Amino acid sequence: MKARLIIASALAITAFAVAGCGEKPNVTIYKQGQYQGKPDNVPWQSQPFNNSQADWDKAIKARNARQNEYARIENQ
Amino acid sequence: MARMKFLCDAERCIECNGCVTACKQEHEIPWGVNRRRVVTLNDGLPGEKSISVACMHCSDAPCMAVCPVDCFYKTSEGVVLHDKDLCIGCGYCFYACPFGAPQFPQDGAFGLRGKMDKCTFCAGGPEQDHSAAEFKKYGRNRLAEGKLPACAEMCSTKALLGGDGDVVADIYRTRVLTRGKGSDVWGWGTAYGKPETRQPAPPQAKS
Repeated sequence: MKARLIIASALAITAFAVAGCGEKPNVTIYKQGQYQGKPDNVPWQSQPFNNSQADWDKAIKARNARQNEYARIENQ
Repeated sequence: MARMKFLCDAERCIECNGCVTACKQEHEIPWGVNRRRVVTLNDGLPGEKSISVACMHCSDAPCMAVCPVDCFYKTSEGVVLHDKDLCIGCGYCFYACPFGAPQFPQDGAFGLRGKMDKCTFCAGGPEQDHSAAEFKKYGRNRLAEGKLPACAEMCSTKALLGGDGDVVADIYRTRVLTRGKGSDVWGWGTAYGKPETRQPAPPQAKS
């Protein structure tokens, strides 16, 4: 009877000791996925820039500068 | 290489909603979808401030991280775009976005959530530039025409600035030094405070 109690206790202690081993982490770590969709053009690839990045940069720079009214007024 | 950013100057915004109207008109956006909107704090009280809000095209965009179908990509100019053919309209990006930018058109009698729609920085999407398909899905591609977003260019008080981040920041710095106040830029830290996400090489179509 005593031996059975010891075995049962040993099993219970072992089960209790390894209970945490089956737990999975509950915090999700997001990993950046790879884009799965269709490819896209660069903005200077089509008309009116015909693959000239320099022309596109120039156009965007001019548009950007026009947002600065201090400079715009000085130039007038 | 330009790194496109938006900047809204709350000292200048007069809540005219010109940016909202310009965006709606430029891209023929349907009812119920607002790619850009004006938020007013302390409305009607002294010290009232208004800010124009849309997708800020964040450096480390949370929408890209949470998308279960990986339909987001970032262009070489730093514009965050998505492929509507891939989007399943789950709405995760809406919960992740600190600016409430993703919009979902209500389709059908039971208000089913359609594919996500958001500000494209007037850069279109993954369709042939200036094509009818691109316009229908993403709106006009002004960037490919050498123009900046319609909302920023239309802003009458120049409260909303859009374009190359360095240039926009320089314009704002000059402005703050001249007027001697109002140096806080709402949303700038949230959107651009983190380092640029390391992206795989942006996909490019063969021309």
